[in-house]
Amino acid sequence: MKNASRTRWLIQHFKREWQIYLLLAPLVIWFLLFLYKPMYGLQIAFKDFSLFKGVDASPWVGLEHFRSLFDSDMFLRAIKNTFIISFLNLMIGFPMPIILALMFNEIVQGKFRKTVQTIVYLPHFISLVIIAGIVINIFSPSTGVVNLLLMKLGFEPIYFLTQPEWFRPIFIGSGIWQEAGFQSIVYLAAIAGVSPSLYESAVVDGASRWQMMWKITLPCILPTIIIMLIIRIGNLLEVGFELIILLYQPATFQTADVINTFIYRQGLVGNQYDVAAAAGLFNAVVAFVLVMTANSISRRFTRTSLW
Amino acid sequence: MQNLNLYSRGDKLFVRINIFLLTLFALSTLYPFIYIAAVSFSSGSAVTSGEVIYRPIELTLAAYEYVWNESQFWVSYMNTFIYTIFGTLVSLLIIIPGAYALSRPQLIGRRFFNLFVAFTLWFNAGLIPFFLNMRDLGLLDSYFGIIVGFACNAFNVILLRNFFEGIPQSFEEAARMDGANDFQVLWKVYLPLSKPAIATVALFCIVSRWNGFFWAMILLRDESKIPLQVFLRQTIVSLTNDEEFGSTLLEAAYSYETVTAAIIVASIIPVLFIYPFLQKYFNKGILLGGVKE
Repeated sequence: MKNASRTRWLIQHFKREWQIYLLLAPLVIWFLLFLYKPMYGLQIAFKDFSLFKGVDASPWVGLEHFRSLFDSDMFLRAIKNTFIISFLNLMIGFPMPIILALMFNEIVQGKFRKTVQTIVYLPHFISLVIIAGIVINIFSPSTGVVNLLLMKLGFEPIYFLTQPEWFRPIFIGSGIWQEAGFQSIVYLAAIAGVSPSLYESAVVDGASRWQMMWKITLPCILPTIIIMLIIRIGNLLEVGFELIILLYQPATFQTADVINTFIYRQGLVGNQYDVAAAAGLFNAVVAFVLVMTANSISRRFTRTSLW
Repeated sequence: MQNLNLYSRGDKLFVRINIFLLTLFALSTLYPFIYIAAVSFSSGSAVTSGEVIYRPIELTLAAYEYVWNESQFWVSYMNTFIYTIFGTLVSLLIIIPGAYALSRPQLIGRRFFNLFVAFTLWFNAGLIPFFLNMRDLGLLDSYFGIIVGFACNAFNVILLRNFFEGIPQSFEEAARMDGANDFQVLWKVYLPLSKPAIATVALFCIVSRWNGFFWAMILLRDESKIPLQVFLRQTIVSLTNDEEFGSTLLEAAYSYETVTAAIIVASIIPVLFIYPFLQKYFNKGILLGGVKE
């Protein structure tokens, strides 16, 4: 009886509301086809995959690929590099937009501020290929402006992009160059939300701009900083591998090769799909754990979850 | 608080240092662009002998002439426009109706579908399964694959859905009274009210399409289908690996450096054209994007 009325209600509902399901359908189909179907294909991480047999017919091999991955120095090196580059990015790249936002805040709204903001947001919208092209041009051993400067100062030119010890500084530096300005927007928005009365009373008390920055602005945007930090930690494994692919070369693999570039070379260049998929699964699982942990920390900290 | 123009003497020094540092940062952001532009307008020999620092030396359009006569450049430029325009249209055609549906309270399984979308933010299958899936779908080396295969992402869907959810029900009530169905409500009530959010999503799509190279590089084999960024990458790769070929161009009015610089300038110009629109909307976008499920 209850079931029947529920069925009747459902039929009525779909008769009345079929349009929203029709509107939703393309989105659901797209997600199934392009994001969920590959998840089904992830099983090749546990299979001896061959293109001819396909995902389903390839025989299972259990954890063999994972075993060989963790026996390979190259994969361990990629894990190590991923964490080192992420960590350096966090230490150097993370504070930069905060500093920039604080600096912008000390400038009265006007032409100068607008011009500087317009300039520093721009690189965010530039393709990574162009960023790589610019980096290669500027650090070129014979014609690049950095080496011209070094030579003028009496130093030997350095072939930066073939030196393993230079890879990380150049990579992280170009990341800051590209994103620091744009990322400052979030903090500027937070600063805009600080109550003006706090500054007014500080002025009455004779506080300097410097003191106000440290004692009012920074504490007030601390929640935003912490949320951004948590998001950053959640995305620790995303190290911008596309730019690495454009900038690294065999000579710098020892410091530049990260998990995703390893997957790219093994799988998409070397056609070792199953091993590469296993590395990808490892990457995805670690990333998932990081994101979930970050989210639950944030929930406890801010009482609202990030998503 | 910016209108409190009460600076003490110590503050004035602080403000000056601040302005100095910001100017420095802006200049170091701008400099690479100026350098590349200067290289593109210089002669190959001037670049090779290291004379170009910030302005063109031996001003010439040789590199641009070379690029202009390179048919692959025009083919790729055209392809980039195709991918950008059609890719963005397909994205909006899927995302807008989908986000609208997800924002409707009467949708059965709304929680499930929202989780279905958001889950892909936290977990994705990765490069290899995605590639093999595209291969299974027969979308290697095809315009269709690039345009449709990258049409959506959870972030844009959630951004737009949040915006739709923020529109008060009262706006659509009048339309409902007149007997409007969901298509009409979406078209006549929600779309006009959501212009800024839709513009934001569209601009995100345009920028990522214009700049995208990785999957185009992986999925496209046919030179006649590659976008500009892939062509640029090929040119850069030959610049870095092919020293020998480079030296044959030494005497010419252009060199590999000036040619890549010219392609870079050509590919940045359209971005500069839409940059004012980008600036208008991305502030809003990034704040809307404080993604909440």
